[in-house]
Amino acid sequence: MSDVKKFLYVNRRAPYGTIYALESLEVVLIGAAFEQDVALAFLDDGVFQLTKGQNTDGIGMKNFSPTFRALGDYDVQKLFVERESLEERGLSEDDLIEVVYEDEDDDWEEKPAIRVISRAEMADAMADADVVLSF
Amino acid sequence: MKIGVLVSEGPYTHQAVDSAYKFVTAAIAAGHEVPRVFFYHDGVNVASRLSVPPQDERHIQQNWSALAKEHNVDLVVCIAAAQRRGMLDANEAERQGKDANNIAEGFRISGLGQLIEMGIQTDRLVTFGD
Amino acid sequence: MSTLHTVNKSPFATQALVSCLNHARSGDAVLMIEDGVYGGLGGTGLTEIMEEFGKNVSLYVLSPDLAARGLDPKRLIAGVEGVDYAGFVDLVAKHDRTQSWL
Repeated sequence: MSDVKKFLYVNRRAPYGTIYALESLEVVLIGAAFEQDVALAFLDDGVFQLTKGQNTDGIGMKNFSPTFRALGDYDVQKLFVERESLEERGLSEDDLIEVVYEDEDDDWEEKPAIRVISRAEMADAMADADVVLSF
Repeated sequence: MKIGVLVSEGPYTHQAVDSAYKFVTAAIAAGHEVPRVFFYHDGVNVASRLSVPPQDERHIQQNWSALAKEHNVDLVVCIAAAQRRGMLDANEAERQGKDANNIAEGFRISGLGQLIEMGIQTDRLVTFGD
Repeated sequence: MSTLHTVNKSPFATQALVSCLNHARSGDAVLMIEDGVYGGLGGTGLTEIMEEFGKNVSLYVLSPDLAARGLDPKRLIAGVEGVDYAGFVDLVAKHDRTQSWL
């Protein structure tokens, strides 16, 4: 059986204070090999995972934010970021890193993988998934 | 139905592991199949064979090992999460040059791919965490 | 197509329940388990919001978790139904996917 299922990885927690952000990313990377339809959702404190300028030298932990930028290479094209969660936290799209992918259906043009969407659209994305993994 | 379960927290500290156990036993009693339970993050600690809880408390690891044996549930411990937290089976211990191993019977160490595969092959996936 | 949402944290401790309710859609179910069962209590600062959401979404608590915490089912918000683990399994099977709000 090789059905393609829609996997949604839900991220609601900030990075570094706990390991969930890092270890959920590890699932996404391994999961890429299974060629399923993958999307990542960032809402509530999860939006903090994507902020620019993370410098972890002082806390002695690995800065894993560059890994998000590599997601395009793993054929992950959808990083949904919730607008209301950003606004509640005083953030805008400008505060987020850039993640791009190459669209094979459009002459390999580089396109942004991060899509800032509304709470209602996020609810739709969740309802659209076959498998929801929450970290 | 085939139901897959993800356990994301360790034993005793969070109720998640107990909730998962009660859920899995109820699912099996209702006639569903639970082919696999995947242990991730601190959930890997459930697999420790060195746990000695007080006599009058439930023995979480033993309960899971017995469940695996009785109902053929595949208990998978994520290798990356396990390595970080010092959970090694005999093979891993040898590979890593460690002088001890601590994975209980009924649990096996494997990769994250087993979690994705569980998502693909089951009808429902339930996460117990914190 | 509908979703079973599970919430395991007290709504007085974290935003998980409120965030869940803000994303649940009409026809979904929300099952409060573990410390999440406190969200089902009437007479709290959340009761009004819960009653409002309860119009579109089916609300449940896991009865064993309620009992463990010494909470009488009579104190639940009207319309919040208690289920046991077998009922939890039924809800998982009935809805198309389960989403855990940790």
